[in-house]
Amino acid sequence: MRHLLATRELSYDHALAILDTAQEMATVSDRSIKKLPTLRGQTVVNLFFEDSTRTRTSFEAAAKRLSADVLNFAVKTSSVSKGESLKDTVQTLEAIGGDAIVMRHWASGAAQQLANFGWSSSAIINAGDGTHEHPTQALLDAFTLRNRLHGTQATGKDLNGVHVVIVGDILHSRVARSNVWLLHTLGAKVTLSGPPTLMPVGVNTWPVEVNYDLDGILAQHPDAVMMLRVQAERMAGAFFPSPAEYTRGWGLTNDRYQTIADTDTLIMHPGPMNRGLEISAAAADSAQNTALEQVANGVSVRMAVLYLLLAGQPGQ
Amino acid sequence: MAQEPVRKARTVMSESDINRVLTRIAHEILEGNRGVENLLILGIPRRGVPLANRLSAKLAEIDPEFVIQERTGQLDITLYRDDLARAGSRVPASTIIPSAGVDDAVVVLVDDVLYSGRTIRAALDALSAIGRPQTVRLAVLVDRGHRQLPLRADYVGKNLPTASAEHVRVHLAEIDGDEDYYTSDQVQIVDVMD
Repeated sequence: MRHLLATRELSYDHALAILDTAQEMATVSDRSIKKLPTLRGQTVVNLFFEDSTRTRTSFEAAAKRLSADVLNFAVKTSSVSKGESLKDTVQTLEAIGGDAIVMRHWASGAAQQLANFGWSSSAIINAGDGTHEHPTQALLDAFTLRNRLHGTQATGKDLNGVHVVIVGDILHSRVARSNVWLLHTLGAKVTLSGPPTLMPVGVNTWPVEVNYDLDGILAQHPDAVMMLRVQAERMAGAFFPSPAEYTRGWGLTNDRYQTIADTDTLIMHPGPMNRGLEISAAAADSAQNTALEQVANGVSVRMAVLYLLLAGQPGQ
Repeated sequence: MAQEPVRKARTVMSESDINRVLTRIAHEILEGNRGVENLLILGIPRRGVPLANRLSAKLAEIDPEFVIQERTGQLDITLYRDDLARAGSRVPASTIIPSAGVDDAVVVLVDDVLYSGRTIRAALDALSAIGRPQTVRLAVLVDRGHRQLPLRADYVGKNLPTASAEHVRVHLAEIDGDEDYYTSDQVQIVDVMD
């Protein structure tokens, strides 16, 4: 593994290696010294063309726990706003001494471009590109799911036979795409649900089942239901008549939550949650909701990714 | 496909040799510590782990006050290695410490072969991140020399003078049992011809 660009091309063995490594990284947070010397002397650059406090902070925490140095490159205050190209920006960062670039970009495929065009010798980690992929989010979701299902016996296990329902704006969601491919690779069964206007063209070629009857799916007691955030910033078109209508049809309302309350069905959310829109307060605050575990696990998974990509390469 | 180069292997310790040596080391540990108080036996993956378990079983046999589950664990050192850039990253093994922790314990690190000493250097770093033992001792099945760091073992199964071109291979049922090459527990010296 040289880069982490997408879960679609991530092999089963690599996916499992990341999850198993994350399992060990998670134990570091229980120790008196919550730091490993593993990436001492290496530099991780956070290059964010889109706002994201959570993902950036998570990557920063992960890099620092491994003793790497972190440079945060805020695009809004940088020369990119003066018209610098991606290539020049990246080569400048590399000249400063970056070993890995964690990039979020508004353009789908930006990370792929960076990795393929030979502009840089750094390891590239995709932290979200447009509506394409967000691989570390899918990895931390799979890790959270595996931990809830298998507890301390999770190491080495995949998600064979696990049923996951992803609900909401599939069209614009890179989280959904990354999850579909990773969950499929790990053997899980994926059902997509949401407004037909927010279902992408070509979804029939994905390894998923599409079902618009959310209440019917919840009655099957899936292992997890993943509520996607309604991304107000991407709702330029009229995809649904009103927020209230979305909530009635596709939100995990209190009434809907009651049908799965106190069952083994987990409620997942990539955050930040829009309470009252896609998820009710009762569902958000229940013990079935893994949102906070997902955040904590995000650090462990990102530590694993940084370690596996960087530790094997000679420092520059 | 190129054929595996012919290697000459000679056995230097048999199953019963290994067993006798572990019995002796168990007695030496108890003698040095004047009993089982505060003892914590930590194996270094991979082959240090079964050796630590066997050593603990012997300690419990000699002194029933030694409770195996509370006194035995394993310490992974992968994330503390200084040769990650050369050796490449691999999935770390688990670190398992009994609930009492390492603080103020008399820790005995157990490994199969002591060679450059770098594994033990990494183990000491890993240990200090978990807590502060009262004492750290080192027990190894084989000391083959060629140290690159100022370290020595407190309990040695067998001192084995080797050339650095030779390999020392340790076969233990718990790890190698299912492999084709495994016949019995033993330590071999293998000539490397390339």
